[in-house]
Amino acid sequence: MLVELGHFAMILALALSAAQAFFGLTGAALKRERWMSVATSAVTGQFLFLALGTATLVHAFVVNDFSVKYVANHSNSALPLFYRVAALWGAHEGSLLLWICVLGVWSIAVAWRGAKLPPDYLARVLGVLGVVSFGFLLFLLTTSNPFERLLPAAIDGADLNPQLQDFAMAIHPPILYAGYVGMSVSFAFACAAMLEGRRDHLWAHWQRPWTVMAWAFLSCGIALGSWWAYYVLGWGGWWAWDPVENASFMPWLAGTALIHSLIVTDKRGLFKSWTLLLSVAVFSLSLLGTFLVRSGVLNSVHSFAADPARGIFILSFLVLMIGGALALYAWRAPSLGSDVGFEMVSRESFILFNNILLAVATAVVFGGTLAPMIADTLGLGTLSVGPPYFNPSFLVPTLPLVALLSVGIHARWRRGQLSLSKQRLLGTLAIALVVGLGIVYGIYGSTRLMTPIGAVLGIWIILSSLVDPLLQLRKRIALPAGVLGMTVAHIGVGIFVLGITFVESSTIERDIALAQGQSHTIGGYEFRFLGVENMEGPNFDGVRGHVIVSQGSKVVADLHPDKRRYFVQGTVTTKAAIGAQWNRDLLAALGEDLGSNSWSLRLQYRPMIRFVWLGAAIMALGGVMTLFDRRYRTAPVAATANTQTTGDPVQAST
Amino acid sequence: MTPRQRRMTLVAVIVVGVSIASALALRAFRDNVMFYFDPTKVAAGEVKRGQRFRLGGMVVQGSLTRTPGTLNVSFAVTDFKNSVPVKYDQVLPDLFREGAGMVAYGRLDASGTFVADEVLAKHDEKYMPPELARSLKAGQAAAAGGAGGAPAAAGAAAAATPSTGGTQ
Repeated sequence: MLVELGHFAMILALALSAAQAFFGLTGAALKRERWMSVATSAVTGQFLFLALGTATLVHAFVVNDFSVKYVANHSNSALPLFYRVAALWGAHEGSLLLWICVLGVWSIAVAWRGAKLPPDYLARVLGVLGVVSFGFLLFLLTTSNPFERLLPAAIDGADLNPQLQDFAMAIHPPILYAGYVGMSVSFAFACAAMLEGRRDHLWAHWQRPWTVMAWAFLSCGIALGSWWAYYVLGWGGWWAWDPVENASFMPWLAGTALIHSLIVTDKRGLFKSWTLLLSVAVFSLSLLGTFLVRSGVLNSVHSFAADPARGIFILSFLVLMIGGALALYAWRAPSLGSDVGFEMVSRESFILFNNILLAVATAVVFGGTLAPMIADTLGLGTLSVGPPYFNPSFLVPTLPLVALLSVGIHARWRRGQLSLSKQRLLGTLAIALVVGLGIVYGIYGSTRLMTPIGAVLGIWIILSSLVDPLLQLRKRIALPAGVLGMTVAHIGVGIFVLGITFVESSTIERDIALAQGQSHTIGGYEFRFLGVENMEGPNFDGVRGHVIVSQGSKVVADLHPDKRRYFVQGTVTTKAAIGAQWNRDLLAALGEDLGSNSWSLRLQYRPMIRFVWLGAAIMALGGVMTLFDRRYRTAPVAATANTQTTGDPVQAST
Repeated sequence: MTPRQRRMTLVAVIVVGVSIASALALRAFRDNVMFYFDPTKVAAGEVKRGQRFRLGGMVVQGSLTRTPGTLNVSFAVTDFKNSVPVKYDQVLPDLFREGAGMVAYGRLDASGTFVADEVLAKHDEKYMPPELARSLKAGQAAAAGGAGGAPAAAGAAAAATPSTGGTQ
């Protein structure tokens, strides 16, 4: 009964989203204030019904109501409570519901925080969000209804995929979706500006914090997914260029370009149409990401066609949203001229390079991810594109990207001269060369070309991000949150680059057969296999191995890798054991029982892999820090007036 | 430089840069795209010598042999029409077992043995890589034509039932 109530609540939410879209868009077009305020109320109402609907489904999971088909398919009474709740987004239907709920939260945040915005602009933003919400709710209710009953009810559920029974995987989807959906808020701001035909660039100032927030969520979500793949899939890679990973990486790359071009549009009124186009692109890639992962199209174009209703809906929705936005863009963009110029080596041109390189990087990933699908559809054969394509191709745009970052930090707005900061540039580069090459050849000793390049570039980014803010602090000039956030985010990039460089060049992996008591040494670490014992969990049993790792005479890690067999699905999963330290991971995973107390084991030494996720987290932290800048708290009109006359804090500080 | 010249230089730099990037990416793409072949296509000699490719099929029952004390394994992969011997020297994935589907990456050696550098069987019992399902279906249809349908289908059903021997 409760679940039917939830279903009904979702239908009401659908009606309210239609009201939100209609009254928001037409109210603003006809300048009717009452209509516009209806849009705001509709957001609140929709949120309440979404919360109610979701709560009934969560309740069904918690009380093990296996008469609900979705619960019966993805949960089990032996599943711990935490994972029963997280099982809500364990499959297609529930993750769509999660998407819609997250959109409800973002929409209510916009309605609440947007009270300072001009009412007709806010109404248009909410109207566009209403359209997105309507599309998703319609999709949920017509093709992927999680409230459907199962008659007769199942005695017990089919259980959640064991690989998803993990903390990082339980919180990964909500955070990733907060990023995806946040990008649709950013998109709504851009659309509202185009619909209104604004000639100024105030919209960029309003759009910026929302985009940065969404980007920070996206960064954390991707990092969590990568971390999960690393320790749950058990085979040690942190990024496999898997289509599922790429689907979330593309909006991130384009989103990174967007948060930079928004700065230029906000501060200087330049790149207006490019920024709008990027906003549309980021949103489109987010939609594509959502659907690519959950629709089954990645497994095969044919399995996508196996459920034609879903496939056709998704395609029409994508075409309508993206096509509509592009048509709007084609109509409005020509009227958005920029009347100010900039010099070749100004900060504007460095951000332009950043945008071009990130766009190329997005295109590289896009091509590699979609090529197999396109080839399959056209009957050109079954092909796959993997790391051998992605690794070298991705470096083509990203190597100049990270190299130019250190130079670009020192460039000033408008003016074209680097001579003033030449000393700092060369000084930091010299230190980076000494330290970077010292680490590479002194500690790790690599023969690859990319290792010293990556190490030097990573350290150079960190140093050049730090040098200006540190000089300011010495002069006792307070740093605005915007500058601090930028510095932190760029240091995150440097740490990320260092992490990738060393983990990719100095990792040692060895698959080996070891009898009880035998040991094997890799990279100076001795892994001793002490045998296995049986283990039992709430919904699985299996074996737990014991591996002791020592360096010299000191024990540095005590590892318990296990292999679990989940009762319900009968699947076996390997949980690798990881001995983590800030500068290296030691990983052991059980392979197969070879008989006579002997097992095959996978042993790995991965230097600085923590830097990869740490770097991503620091980037996200930097993004969040910029949101506390005073510029966002003052009234928007005053803020722009300030920009045009005296310059803003960031500019003043460079 | 006049503003116009400056703008043109900027545009030229961008155009050249983007073209170089796309040329490199296309080259990497052409050199590294991997095609999928089933045992029948391998037997027909469609694979170029030394080409790295993906091989998919069912692991033949009773074909798995290990060299004691090492990780070296060999097994045969079939699409119910032809089979290909496979060699591998790393840890096999959890869901790898005789009678189940698998996909491997690698090359053919001079003797016609597929030397795998990666073996995947990461999907659950219900799911099969789509190209594998397609080529198996084709293989079964052919086998059914000769042997009266039912036994081949029963064999495939037996192959798909989960075995629980993985943990011990």
